[in-house]
Amino acid sequence: MTTQTVLAAAGGVSGGEEVTFWILAPLALIGAIGMVAARNAVHSALWLVLTMLCLGVFYVLQAGPFIGMVQIIVYTGAIMMLFLFVLMLVGRDSSDSLIETLRGQRAAAVLLGLGFAGLVGGGVYRALEGTTAVGLTQANADGNVQGIARLLFTKYVFAFELTSALLITAAVGAMVLAHIERRKQDKMDQIATMKARFRPGNYPGPKPGPGVFATSSSVATPARLPDGRFTERSTPEILPLRELTAQEASPKGTDK
Amino acid sequence: MRAIYLAQDPTLADFGRDPWWLVVGKVLFAFVFAVLATLLGVWFERRVVGFMQVRPGPNQVGPLGLLQTLADGLKMAFKEDILPRAADKVVYFFAPTISVICAVTALSVVPFGPMVSIFGHWTPLQVTDVSVAVLVLLACSSMGIYGIVLGGWASGSTYPLLGGLRSTAQMISYEVAMGLSIVAVFMTAGTMSTSGIVAAQGDATRVTVFGTEIPAPGWYAILLLPSFVIFFIAIVGETNRAPFDLPEAESELVAGFMTEYSSLKFALFMLSEYVSMVTMSAVTVTLFLGGWRAPWPITLWEGANSGWWPMLWFFGKVIMLVFVFVWLRGTLPRLRYDQFMRFGWKVLLPINLVWILVLSGLRSIEDWDTRGKLIAVGIPAGLLLLATLFWPSRKPQPRPTVQEQVNNRPHGSFPLPPMDLQVPPSPRTRRVVAEREPANTVAGPESREV
Repeated sequence: MTTQTVLAAAGGVSGGEEVTFWILAPLALIGAIGMVAARNAVHSALWLVLTMLCLGVFYVLQAGPFIGMVQIIVYTGAIMMLFLFVLMLVGRDSSDSLIETLRGQRAAAVLLGLGFAGLVGGGVYRALEGTTAVGLTQANADGNVQGIARLLFTKYVFAFELTSALLITAAVGAMVLAHIERRKQDKMDQIATMKARFRPGNYPGPKPGPGVFATSSSVATPARLPDGRFTERSTPEILPLRELTAQEASPKGTDK
Repeated sequence: MRAIYLAQDPTLADFGRDPWWLVVGKVLFAFVFAVLATLLGVWFERRVVGFMQVRPGPNQVGPLGLLQTLADGLKMAFKEDILPRAADKVVYFFAPTISVICAVTALSVVPFGPMVSIFGHWTPLQVTDVSVAVLVLLACSSMGIYGIVLGGWASGSTYPLLGGLRSTAQMISYEVAMGLSIVAVFMTAGTMSTSGIVAAQGDATRVTVFGTEIPAPGWYAILLLPSFVIFFIAIVGETNRAPFDLPEAESELVAGFMTEYSSLKFALFMLSEYVSMVTMSAVTVTLFLGGWRAPWPITLWEGANSGWWPMLWFFGKVIMLVFVFVWLRGTLPRLRYDQFMRFGWKVLLPINLVWILVLSGLRSIEDWDTRGKLIAVGIPAGLLLLATLFWPSRKPQPRPTVQEQVNNRPHGSFPLPPMDLQVPPSPRTRRVVAEREPANTVAGPESREV
């Protein structure tokens, strides 16, 4: 890798660099197409991971080992992982449906996409045709990491500080919006729960299950207390209380 | 502190010059090392845990039970390979391989030794090194998470999914702490290449004590102790080892992400776990424990740091760290998940940030004269001391006594048992005792009714 870095800095394309490029470039393309074509969201994300990994190696090939590794660690390792996290929680069967809602939209999208890619590719090719890269050796004179660090902490320090402040604001804002905090006083600790349970007017024992002393096992049938009264605590509040008629409550001939 | 670059210290220019057979040989060596380390590591762990629990451990297959892991591995290969019906087949197949590949790849930038001569080629004992080698390690460990999380998801089952998600959250959190603790190493060494970091830890300064010259420790474990402690805690979390083995907490999640795996795929997951344990130990040795450099008493011998000997010191240090891993497993109970996350984000991370701040402050005043240094260190330290001394502490509220609390209860409250917890004797017991025939022995004065 070191020799490749040196050669890239000198402006030439080494054999190793070329071989790596021609192996990884198709893979990156396959990843990009697979990401769009895959119907399962998780597969889509995995194809994107492949493309990002290839991009990371491309950066390394282009004499930017630091940015390449950071691409792999941050984008592939952390951000895509969080994406995957969300997709997995959404559920594994959430595949896209292939029904076109707008007629002819897919063909139009393919056509426009190809046209756009052609325009951008052609423009870049025409602009860069015959130019040779200069300044890479000077930029990497003290090492790639040191060169990036020098730029980050001198020329672009305010831009990066502002960006980070913006990102932090967004993150904190999202957390504040999504977070419901219970105040410490609102939380019932064990002692408070116990006191509330033994408060006058509250029956501290467990609720009787429905139908315990009743003649029917329906949840709508209230339980009977030992003294024969019905207890309303045994039935859910949303159910109508159902009293049994004398005929229903009479023995069903099982105790002959 | 400036490191003295010795002749056997490889620099970045020494890499990438090997003939192809040497490259293949080095790669093969790293791979075989990883597999052998797993075979012996499992045996080592079981023996050591057995020793700690006063039992022999595996001792039947081979001398000292050394071949037990081999037998287990062979048995595992012949087990039925189960593919769950709800599994995502391709991802289910690839997940263990991702884990293993990432764990083994990390070994490629670990320096095993200095420059040696192999069949006439003067080459470093390291597969390769780049200017961002430590970032390669971080990238490998962050890609290794994919194996676990995809294995959990592709199993199409609840416990594996929960285990996989849990481990993702865990490993990402601890990766942050790990990355931050390496920052101090970068700052001190001034490089990110592993061979450069090992070279920077060479004994550069010598302290004269009573006329004898003793090399001052250059190990970052001593110079950057907080970073070392945090790094080691973080790698225990990163490798899913006890007490942080929450992804496979068998009391909660059966076996976590590998519940549905069997046969060779399960073996691959086991392999990746042990390989990453060994890899992480090797990385710790490289970053903090001087790499292949011999510790002090050995360095009195001139040839300690040249030739093939350093490999021995390196393996010794790695085995020592693996022992610590096993020791932790044999000693500590598993943490609860929320305790674990709180520890990572609210303890390790802030301590790390403050430590980096302090370290960079200390480094920026390195060139000042003694008086300026004293002022720059003394004033913040004094302020910190004063703040801790006079920090307003909350006055503890006088707690009402139990009797007061009882008296304050509203009228009609539920009846309480007597507060002194002495159950009054039942009248029936008294009667039975009175009616019983006297026993042979005369009841002493200490005998009383129950």
